[in-house]
Amino acid sequence: MKHDDKNVRVNPGQGIDSDLSRREFFAVTGSGLFVLFRAGDLAAFQEPARLPARQGYPTDFNAYLRIGADGRTTCFVGKVELGQGSKTALAQLLAEELDVAFDSVDMVMGDTDLCPWDMGTFGSLSVRQFGPVLRGAGAEARAVLLRMAGERLQVPADKLQVKDGIVTDPSDRGKRVTYAQLVEGRRLERHLEKVPVKPVTAYTVVGQSATRKDALEKVTGKAKYAGDLGPPGTLHARIVRAPAHGATLKHADTTEAGKIDGVRVVKESDLIAVLHERPDVADRAHSLIKTQFDRTKTGLDDKTIFEHLVKAAPQGRLVSESGSLADGEKLASTVVERTYLNSYVAHAAMETHSAVAMVEGGKATVWAGTQTPFPVKQQVAQALGFAPENVHVIVPYVGGGFGGKSASRQAVEAARLAKAVGRPVQVVFDRAEEFFYDTFRPAAVVKIRSGLTRDGKMIFWDFSVYCAGDREAKQFYDIPNQRTVSAGGWGGEGAPGLHPFGIGPWRAPSVNTNTFARESHIDIMASKLGVDPLEFRLRHLSDQRVRGVLDAAAKQFGRKPARTPSGRGVGISCAIYLGTYVALMAEVAVDKATGHVQVERVVCAQDQGVIVNPEGSRQQVEGSITMGLGYALSEEVRFKDGEILDRNFDTYGIPRFSWLPKIETVLVENREVPASGCGEPPIVNMGAVIANAIYDASGARLLQLPMTPARIREALKNG
Amino acid sequence: MQRTVSFTLNGKPTRVTVDEERMLLWVLRYDLGLTGTKFGCGASLCGACTVIVDKEAVRSCSIPIKEVAGKQVLTIEGLSRDGRLHPLQEAFLKHQAFQCGFCTSGMILNAYALLLKKPQPTRAEIIREMDDNLCRCGSHTRILDAIQEASGAMKGGAR
Repeated sequence: MKHDDKNVRVNPGQGIDSDLSRREFFAVTGSGLFVLFRAGDLAAFQEPARLPARQGYPTDFNAYLRIGADGRTTCFVGKVELGQGSKTALAQLLAEELDVAFDSVDMVMGDTDLCPWDMGTFGSLSVRQFGPVLRGAGAEARAVLLRMAGERLQVPADKLQVKDGIVTDPSDRGKRVTYAQLVEGRRLERHLEKVPVKPVTAYTVVGQSATRKDALEKVTGKAKYAGDLGPPGTLHARIVRAPAHGATLKHADTTEAGKIDGVRVVKESDLIAVLHERPDVADRAHSLIKTQFDRTKTGLDDKTIFEHLVKAAPQGRLVSESGSLADGEKLASTVVERTYLNSYVAHAAMETHSAVAMVEGGKATVWAGTQTPFPVKQQVAQALGFAPENVHVIVPYVGGGFGGKSASRQAVEAARLAKAVGRPVQVVFDRAEEFFYDTFRPAAVVKIRSGLTRDGKMIFWDFSVYCAGDREAKQFYDIPNQRTVSAGGWGGEGAPGLHPFGIGPWRAPSVNTNTFARESHIDIMASKLGVDPLEFRLRHLSDQRVRGVLDAAAKQFGRKPARTPSGRGVGISCAIYLGTYVALMAEVAVDKATGHVQVERVVCAQDQGVIVNPEGSRQQVEGSITMGLGYALSEEVRFKDGEILDRNFDTYGIPRFSWLPKIETVLVENREVPASGCGEPPIVNMGAVIANAIYDASGARLLQLPMTPARIREALKNG
Repeated sequence: MQRTVSFTLNGKPTRVTVDEERMLLWVLRYDLGLTGTKFGCGASLCGACTVIVDKEAVRSCSIPIKEVAGKQVLTIEGLSRDGRLHPLQEAFLKHQAFQCGFCTSGMILNAYALLLKKPQPTRAEIIREMDDNLCRCGSHTRILDAIQEASGAMKGGAR
């Protein structure tokens, strides 16, 4: 993430007559991050590889890497750094395959002019799907470089060794040449077919806990996010927003707002904004705008929504089926039927949606906090009526995404306003806008009907999910007669207008809902039989990787079998998420008088194939577990008729320090399998592991997320 | 009302002529160009904008600039001295006590104020003092570890 600093430095502002000189300001504010290359040079260098005619990953390795004359390697990826550590893990993958030092790799991420196309940073895809592409590019470039070195040194390429970008002939130490000497700052024009990537056993960089590439900038306050950027003269916009989804603007009077010195007003049919050089002054102007809206009554709120969703969901789609439910039903001696609910949940990243846009000479440059720079480029082009090649999107650091920054309307708004006023414009959502325009994790309903034989075998399983989506809905236990049906999904499939506001992907979309239902239901059946819930699971599991993580978690936990509820407050849940296997065990304390739950301890065992960065993986596991405490215990978006009632962190409670359990992470080494994602899988278990632990502690079975103190008290009363 | 407010910012005398009711956060970020202090909620609910004013942790989104007149203001940009990181920054780095980094400045400064008051806090005291600083990425355990380590490293109190 390096850009020409004259374009992006912060505006030091006028009105300052301090002893701090202008130069000193740039020493503290504009330093470091943005200066290594001139953007123009790099754009020219990257030209042939960028924007392939068909959108897909380019096959030319030059799209992903450049070896500089200074010996440093620049890695170009369309992925962005949201905090998940891709900047570090992807640098490790390239350093490994190219055989250069990790510290000599500089990452350029999410810049649509410099980086190869990418759909976006989501779905745990950065390592799992894009990783092999980058490794392949590194391996091919290394092979080309070795061939060049062989010619230079008059040694067959396969006799040469390479370490840290230095090629040597082991039989003659005097024969050596560096990548930088071979390349001399030029583009590599040669290509080789089918170059194999390194075997896992040869890894020296991958598998190590490399220090995060973003560490120093983040502890010194130098890391730049979209809201920290803006060319001189940038105006800050505050936009007129509806009080509720579905409301239509009847009238807006900006007269008073426009009287404030320096305020600009933009009035377009669907975009009314006040702008000023200081965001807080724009905010004051915004508060003076008088508006009238017509609001619609939907009758929907956070309590009535579930009935609505089941009724209004599109036709269910068969996800999988085997055996015969009717046959299974005949063999069942016990039938268990439950309905599971979860509310809308917000992403609530600490950084609100932010963007800066500059429109000049028919070209737009947009710095945006987004997970999807390439789609944003298309959206901005469309909104401005520009050809896509005249839009340049740059993603600086992003202050958390979790799926919520796949949608990036702020970037389009900034671009439209910049075009309208002829000056650069920054749009930074306030927290209420962030909640209002969030694409929530959808409220959802799961109905499960299942049967047990007299000898304690699950004989049938009928699973219907409404509005969460079908990802990992198909269960993995050995049940002879089963059916999985999914109606609607987090993309709003097949039912526009089903939800009263935006929905979208939320860290591990679909799977939090599906896992909460499945793993709660499994526990209910184990309890009916009076069998220890781990024992019951293992009886129905032939999948060795699921068994492996359950065993590893149980061992770390020191788990002793018991039928539930045992009073101990111990819960269990396991899942498969896009190729990653994960089991959680938790211990909770339930205050039966207040309904308050304290999660004391969580053990997570995860098999994610090859581990690229163990420490980075542990961070993701810890983050996943911590974030999951929220949707399990407190987070739900309250609303009425399209009005979002939770607008800040006073009523929307996200996890805090005092909530934290002791977290223990066991990474189950599995070098047989390529690396899969690690940042999403653990969170999918958080609803069920806590629900099951609450049941074990208290006998109260919670069927709705979040499990608030009020719902727990209610369940205890009915229990 | 426009007014000239004088205070010490990161050890240097500073004067700004601004509407005195404007919040410190905006003056720091947009008049003085110090963007390490973040906007998160605008209502003293998240702690991303935490700075130090006369040794106390303060939410800069909710304190008017006039209230820092004559006072010492410390932001994340002023924490390292002579190119050397503060022990808290070192500890955050070592424990990788951040992911997205957006809450990090506020976390470090909130902890700084705690260690000024109480150089050797217990884990429970750290949790209590940090509880209103929000982190969405879930770096909490690492942040606690980092603060504990820094408190050990600093022994005689904060530098």
